[in-house]
Amino acid sequence: MDGVAQLQKQLVDYTASLFQEGFLDEQFNQLQQLQDESNPDFVVEVVSLFFEDSERLLNELAKALEQKTIDFRKVDAHVHQFKGSSSSIGAQRVQKVCIAFRNYCEEQNIEGCLKCLQQVKHEYSLVKSKLETLFKIEKQLIAAGGSIPT
Amino acid sequence: MENGFSSPRNDSFPAGLRVLVVDDDPTWLKILEKMLKKCSYEVTTCGLARDALNLLRERKDGYDIVISDVNMPDMDGFKLLEHVGLEMDLPVIMMSVDGETGRVMKGVQHGACDYLLKPIRMKELRNIWQHVFRKKILEIRDIEGHESFEGIQISRNGSDLSDDGHMFCGEDMTSVKKRKDFDNKHDEKDFGDHSSAKKHRVVWSVDLHQKFVKAVNQIGFDKVGPKKILDLMNVPWLTRENVASHLQKYRLYLSRLQKESDLKASFGGIKHSDMHLKDPAGSFGLQSSINTNQNDVANGRYQFSAHKLFGQDVDVKILEGDLKGIFSEHMPDTKKTLNADNPDPQETSSQMSFDHSFASLGSEVNYEAFDCRIWSEAPKIELKREHKPLLQLEDGFSQLPPCAPEHHVKIDKLHPVPSVTSGLSLTARDVSGPIKNEPLYAEYQSNRVSHVSPKKCESFPVQSKSHMVVNHQSYESVSTAISSMKPQGFNLSCITDFDYSQRNLKASDSTLAPFNETACLLQGDFHNKYFGLPNIEFTGCNDPSFLAEIPVHWHDTLTSDYECPLDPTEYSIFDQGLFIA
Repeated sequence: MDGVAQLQKQLVDYTASLFQEGFLDEQFNQLQQLQDESNPDFVVEVVSLFFEDSERLLNELAKALEQKTIDFRKVDAHVHQFKGSSSSIGAQRVQKVCIAFRNYCEEQNIEGCLKCLQQVKHEYSLVKSKLETLFKIEKQLIAAGGSIPT
Repeated sequence: MENGFSSPRNDSFPAGLRVLVVDDDPTWLKILEKMLKKCSYEVTTCGLARDALNLLRERKDGYDIVISDVNMPDMDGFKLLEHVGLEMDLPVIMMSVDGETGRVMKGVQHGACDYLLKPIRMKELRNIWQHVFRKKILEIRDIEGHESFEGIQISRNGSDLSDDGHMFCGEDMTSVKKRKDFDNKHDEKDFGDHSSAKKHRVVWSVDLHQKFVKAVNQIGFDKVGPKKILDLMNVPWLTRENVASHLQKYRLYLSRLQKESDLKASFGGIKHSDMHLKDPAGSFGLQSSINTNQNDVANGRYQFSAHKLFGQDVDVKILEGDLKGIFSEHMPDTKKTLNADNPDPQETSSQMSFDHSFASLGSEVNYEAFDCRIWSEAPKIELKREHKPLLQLEDGFSQLPPCAPEHHVKIDKLHPVPSVTSGLSLTARDVSGPIKNEPLYAEYQSNRVSHVSPKKCESFPVQSKSHMVVNHQSYESVSTAISSMKPQGFNLSCITDFDYSQRNLKASDSTLAPFNETACLLQGDFHNKYFGLPNIEFTGCNDPSFLAEIPVHWHDTLTSDYECPLDPTEYSIFDQGLFIA
């Protein structure tokens, strides 16, 4: 069917672009492979968890960096956590910023940290919207009667 | 293998392996759960370390393996690791997105049987069953080897011990894996002379541990000693050594608990001053001070042991020589290793220092020359672990009585730092006779122990159980030799260790720290073991507080593994003046 085939192609192409642009890495593939009949929405569930947790972490980070005297250890702990969770879904670009972020924390460089905070927020919102788009296409595909190509 | 494994999974092992996953990251928890289920494992997830411990305690035999993240909000992953090792004796795998060598090292030191880096792949999880299997095999060996242990101990030589120690760690595990039949053939291969003497690790099941704790409480923690505990526990196949090493671990654990609160206390530069280092001749009235030090994270601990042990006139001078040697040797190495990220500067440094000190002390029979100055020199070892040297040992040391306490260097124990061990070996050599420190040191700290007190060997398996085991063996032989010595020697070593550690705290990194602890522990245990008297002369040593003193933090690595076998032997040697260089 045209509709389904088209959607499938759209999905494949879009996914490929996300990988190419470095938004996602191999870990995302692993997640997709874990999805099966017993857990058909596994990827969506995991990514949703990631979004929730990330939002919380970003808030904590912003708060920690707004303090008069910044506790860099705390900031670093949050970044470390964020790095860990972004690695769980393969959000590569977010992870990379986290690494730079941690370096600034170690140096106790306030400006560097603030800059990184902006960057990480930006990368996060980018990958979030990309993934949301991806899921939308998938939903459309399923609704049209097709199945997600593996 | 059949005997080792509990029935439920016999036929389709490793399917159905009961895994407990602990991670504060909800995303990872979900992913890991899914991955493990795909491996046909039975998964339980936990977002908090405390919950995990509760679960483990409730269902004593409910899990086969634990996988835990290193960074968790409510409890440090390493701590959880220690708890699980001590209470439940289950294999624990650590995970983290941080793969820094120092962290991995810390994991291993604390007893993790593996350290995985996130993102974790399916294939890595598929093979975790090997850790469960390995443990079972070792346990079986342990039980089978119990009988042979006792006999062997006596006959061991120090030299062999060290070799065995090494071998044990490295080879035993592999040999265990390869051997399906549980005869102790591999023992022979690993241990050469000691063949039968190899100490198998005792598996301290929750029930066994409960019996142990009950016995300890009944006796009264102050008066506790391996023999008494053993008698009360009434477990036929358990040996005094097993109990002694477990006691050591337990003490470390308790002291660690206390230490945690104490850590904040100023390390204060080694409050050693209490220790009366100045008085060499057994003016160790330190004992009192020792107890007070408990609160001092670093200082207290050290002081403690030192005081107590020090009943004898140990010359600290000896240490001096050794320390220097040891430190110099270790320094480069320790520095590297020590620079791991240790959140607790104090702890690590103290530990480190101890290690060093012990090393030198160990062999040192020269305790007589225990000069405090040694300490000052020793601390030079800048084990820059991330922590700052806990104790400004240098200052402290001078105050510490040169005597014996430092000698104890039993520190050999568990210090994984190779350099340290080497140092120790030096000292061991000095000891006349069985103590063969050298080889020991190379191995983990535990090796050290081997030369000192064979008894302790049992306790070693603490860590990942592989290293430690080794030590036991060596210790066994050594201790026998030393046991003939008087307990007095023992005291010395205890004290020495402390002083040493204190000193080293400054200089050393964490590596040393563990050392001290072990040393202290050893002493107590040693004493008990050898002398059969829980609180004998060693006053200081046997004192539980003594052990508590040992900065727990040091031994992140130590804690579990550290069984300090060395202590007893070392002490006795000192006493005899064997340590005279």
